[in-house]
Amino acid sequence: MELVEKLLSGNKRAAARLITLVENKDPKAFETLKEIYHKSGNAYVIGITGPPGAGKSTLTDKLVKVFRKRDKKVGIIAVDPTSPFTGGSILGDRVRMSDLNLDPGVFIRSMGARGHLGGLSESTQAAVKILDIYGCDYIFIETVGVGQSEVDIVKTCDTTIMVMVPGLGDDIQAIKAGIMEIGDVFAVNKADRDGAKRTAREINMMLDFSKSDWRPPVELVVAIDNKGIEELFEQVEKHKSYLEESGQKEVRRIENCKNEIVDLVQQKLMDMILDKSSKEEMINKLSKEVAARKTDPYSACKLVLEKLRTT
Amino acid sequence: MDRPIRVLVAKPGLDGHDRGAKVIARALRDAGMEVIYTGLRQTPEQIVSAAIQEDVNVVAMSILSGAHNTLLPKVVELLNAEGADDVLVVGGGVIPDDDIPFLKEKGIAEVFTPGTPTQVTIDYIRDNVANK
Amino acid sequence: MFDKGKMTQIKEGVKAFEEKTQKSLEKRPERQEKFYTGSGDEVNRLYTPVDLEDFDYNEELGLPGQYPYTRGAQPTMYRGRLWTMRMYAGFATAEESNKRYKYLIEQGSMGLSVAFDLPTQIGYDSDHSLSEGEVGKVGVAIDSLADMELLFDGIPLDKVSTSMTINAPASVLLAMYIAVGEKQGVSPDKLRGTIQNDILKEYIARGTYIFPTEPSMRLITNIFEYCSKEVPKWNTISISGYHIREAGSTAAQEVGFTLADGIAYVDAAIKAGLDVDSFAPRLSFFFNAHNDLLEEVAKFRAARRLWAKIMKERFGAKQANSMRLKFHTQTGGSTLTAQQPENNIVRVAIQTLAAVLGGTQSLHTNSKDEALALPTEDSVRVALRTQQIVAYESGVTNTVDPLAGSYYIEAKTKEIEDRAMEYIKKIDEIGGAPRAIDMGYIQQEIMDAAYQYQKEVESNDRIVVGMNKFQIEEEAPKGLLRVDPSVGKLQKDKLAKLRNERDNGAVKEKLEALKKACEGNDNLMPFILDAVRVYGTLGEICGVMREVFGEYQQSVNL
Repeated sequence: MELVEKLLSGNKRAAARLITLVENKDPKAFETLKEIYHKSGNAYVIGITGPPGAGKSTLTDKLVKVFRKRDKKVGIIAVDPTSPFTGGSILGDRVRMSDLNLDPGVFIRSMGARGHLGGLSESTQAAVKILDIYGCDYIFIETVGVGQSEVDIVKTCDTTIMVMVPGLGDDIQAIKAGIMEIGDVFAVNKADRDGAKRTAREINMMLDFSKSDWRPPVELVVAIDNKGIEELFEQVEKHKSYLEESGQKEVRRIENCKNEIVDLVQQKLMDMILDKSSKEEMINKLSKEVAARKTDPYSACKLVLEKLRTT
Repeated sequence: MDRPIRVLVAKPGLDGHDRGAKVIARALRDAGMEVIYTGLRQTPEQIVSAAIQEDVNVVAMSILSGAHNTLLPKVVELLNAEGADDVLVVGGGVIPDDDIPFLKEKGIAEVFTPGTPTQVTIDYIRDNVANK
Repeated sequence: MFDKGKMTQIKEGVKAFEEKTQKSLEKRPERQEKFYTGSGDEVNRLYTPVDLEDFDYNEELGLPGQYPYTRGAQPTMYRGRLWTMRMYAGFATAEESNKRYKYLIEQGSMGLSVAFDLPTQIGYDSDHSLSEGEVGKVGVAIDSLADMELLFDGIPLDKVSTSMTINAPASVLLAMYIAVGEKQGVSPDKLRGTIQNDILKEYIARGTYIFPTEPSMRLITNIFEYCSKEVPKWNTISISGYHIREAGSTAAQEVGFTLADGIAYVDAAIKAGLDVDSFAPRLSFFFNAHNDLLEEVAKFRAARRLWAKIMKERFGAKQANSMRLKFHTQTGGSTLTAQQPENNIVRVAIQTLAAVLGGTQSLHTNSKDEALALPTEDSVRVALRTQQIVAYESGVTNTVDPLAGSYYIEAKTKEIEDRAMEYIKKIDEIGGAPRAIDMGYIQQEIMDAAYQYQKEVESNDRIVVGMNKFQIEEEAPKGLLRVDPSVGKLQKDKLAKLRNERDNGAVKEKLEALKKACEGNDNLMPFILDAVRVYGTLGEICGVMREVFGEYQQSVNL
C-alpha cells in the first residue's frame, strides 16, 4: 500500500491521512496497522493532563522545545474529550503551540471526542502507533483531566505529567481520588502566583501515601515564562531511567497491552450489542419490561448474552 | 458514521479582529463539524503546515486588513506544493467584490463577504467538500 | 422623588393602567410578545416614577461638572464648547496621510486622529517578512522618526490635538511625536493629545499586542510617570470599550470590562509608587455608540457615575479631575452593513445623537462605506457633516444632559451601572482583569454575546434593515478607496535609504542602552526617546524589547 510506504519514509501527509482513517474507524486502516504494528514500540510516550485552565498546552509547547533542542523528533496528540451533543467540536490547542507549527521535527494533531463512548482512547492509541512508525522519538498526549476517558487515555503512557495550578483548593481533594495516582511527575504551573508552594506541599502530602518505589517529584514551573521547564524535563528523564533500570517499563508496557486488548474487546462487544439494530431494539424492549417490573435486569442481561452467542 | 468534516479556521496576517473567525468556528461546530482553531497572526506557511498535519477537508480564513490578495493565494499555492490540492479553501471578511474574481482565479473556492449568514457558509462547505 | 402619598397614587394608577392594557391585548396584541434593547435586555412597556422609587437626585445625578458626573463632565457642556470632531484617518504613506489631515482640518475637523497600519501597531518595520501585504493598508506606515516628520509636516503641533491609536508600541510613537515637536520648536509641555496605550483590551478583543502582561503594564506606568512630569497635557491612556463592543459585547459588558481594565491600570500605577491624583486626571476613555439610542445614552451616563464612585471610594482619589470620566466616542463599525451602504449614514446619525446626548468629549463618525473598504474622501465628508448637523441644527446641544429625568433613561442608567458592577465584582473575585483575560473569562463572555447576536440575526429575531429584511438586488459598489499596492515597496526603499544614511553607531549605542534599561527597573521613556532621536526604527526598538520581554500568548476560549 502506497500510504504505508510513504509513512515509513516519514511523510507527514501519509501520517496525517492514516490518523484520519483510524479516527473514522475505517476497517482498512486497522488492516494497515496490523501489517506494520511490529515496527512500532520505539517512541517514548508522555502524557500531560490536569484540570482545565492549568496551562497544559503552553507547558507542552515549552517542554517539547527542550526535546527539540536535543534533536528529538516529537509528535503531539492534543485531545479534547469535551464536546457538545452536535458531535462537532472546536479544537484550540494549536493556538498555544504556534511556534512549533513550522518545525519540521514536530507533528501536531488535534483530536475531538466525536460523541462516541470510549472510542477516543482507541483512536488515540492508534495515532500513537502511527506517529511512532512515522519516526517520532517522543510522543506527547495532552488531554484535560476531568473524567474517566482521560484517565484511559493517559494510563497507557510511559510517563504521565500531572499539571496543577495554585488556588484549586478543595479541587485537589476531588481530583486526588481518581487521577492523582496516574501522575508520575507533578508540575505546579503558574508558580509565580500566591499559594504555589502550598499547592506543592498539599500534593506532596498526598504522595506520601504512595506505596510505589517511584516517589513522584513535584516541580514548580511558570510555563509562560519558560521557568522550571528544564528541571521538569530532567524529572521526566529520571522517571524514564527508573522505568528502564527497574524493569518497570516492560511490566508497564505488558500491562498496557493487556489493557488495550481488554478495551478493544470491550469496545467490540459494545459495538456488537449496540450497533446491530435488532439487538438494540431487543434492549429497548427489555428496558421497558424491566422498568415495568415485568422482568429484571439480570434476566435481561442473560437474554442479550444468549442472543449474542447465537448470532 | 462518525466522520465529521474537519475545518481549519485561521486568521492570516496581522489583523486581530477575530469576532468573525470565532463566530464561524462556533457555527461550524454546532453544524457538527470538527474545527481546528489556530488563533491570530498565522503566516500562510503556518496555516498550510497545520492543514497538512490535521488532514483537514477545508481551510477557512478570515481577514479584514486588506492583505487578502497577498495572503490567500499564497495559502493555495503552498497547499498545492504539498500535493494537498483536495483541500477546499474559502475566505471571508472585508473583501471588496472587485477582488473576488482574482481570488477565485487563484484557487480560493468561495469568498464570504460581510453579512453572509453562517448557514450559507455551512451549506457551501457541506456541498463542496464532497465534490473535492 | 415623590412623597409617599403621591407615590401610592401613582402606583395605583399604573396598576390600573396595566390591568386595562392587559385586557385590550387579547383583542389587539402588541407587535411582539417582548421587547428588547440592542444588547438584548428586556424593556418594559412603560416607565414611571414607580421605577425610580428610591431614586435620590443628589446622590445619583447631582449637577453637571460635579460628582458623580452623571449629568456631564463639565458644567456648561456643549453650550461652552462643542465636542472635538475627530476623524480617525491614515493610510498608505506618511505623505498621503499628511494630505488627508490637512484636508480634514480645512473641512472643520478639530483634532487629528492617526490610524497606523498593522505592522506599525505590532512593532514590525515595513521590510519585515510578516509585514508582507499589510504595509499602509489599515493606516499609515511609520517606521522611524523620518516618517513621523513627514506625517506632521506643515501641521504645528502646538495648535492641534492629536490622538494616536497605538497600543503595544505607544511609548515609541509618543517618543516620535515628542521628537517631531522638538524639531518644530514646540516643547513637550505644549503637546496635547492622546495615545490609546490600552493593552488589556488588545488581549481581549483587538489583537495588536506584543509583550506579555507584566512588561506591558510596566511600559504603561512608565508613560504615566514620564508624562505627569514632562508632557502634562497629554492623555496617557484611552481605556477602550470600543473594541470590546465591536467584538460583540453588550452595553453593560462594555462598561463593566472597560472599567475593570481601568481599575487594573490604576492598581498597577499605584503599585509602581505613583500617587493616584498624579496620573488619574490624564486617564481618558473610549466608548462605542450603537443604534439603540436610549440604551446608549444610559450607558455613557452609567459609565461616568460608576467610574466616579470607583475613583472616590475604591482608590481614595481626592481631586475632582481624577473622578471625572472623559471619553471619546466612535460610532459602531460593526453596525454598518455592506448591503445598501447609504443606510449607514442614517445609522451613524442616530449613533452621533447617542454620543452627544450621552455627553461625549470627542467623536469620530464612521463613513458609509466602511463595511467594504477604507472610506473615500467624499464619504468621510458626509460623516463629518453628520456631526456638524447634530451640533448646529438639531438643538440637542442647547441644554446640558437633556434626557435626564426620563423615567426610562434613569432606570436604564441604573440597570447598566448595576450590571457593570456585577462584572467588576466577578473580575475582582478572579483576581483582576489581567488574570480574567488570561483565563479567557472576559473573551468568552463577549463571544457568547456575539454568537447570540449572530443567531438572532440569522433567525430574523433581530432585524437589520437591508441585510435580513428590506433587501434589494444590488450591484457591486464602485469607487472604493484602494491603497496603492506599491506602498510596501516605497516604504522598504525609504527604510533601506535611512539605514544607509543615519549614524548607525549611535543607533547601536542607544539600542544597547535601551536593552540594559529593559533588564533593569528604570523608566524606559528617556531611553526610547534617545533611540528615536537618532532614527532607530520602530522595529528595532520593539525588537530589543521583544528580546528582553518575550511575546504575549493569546488565550482562546471558544
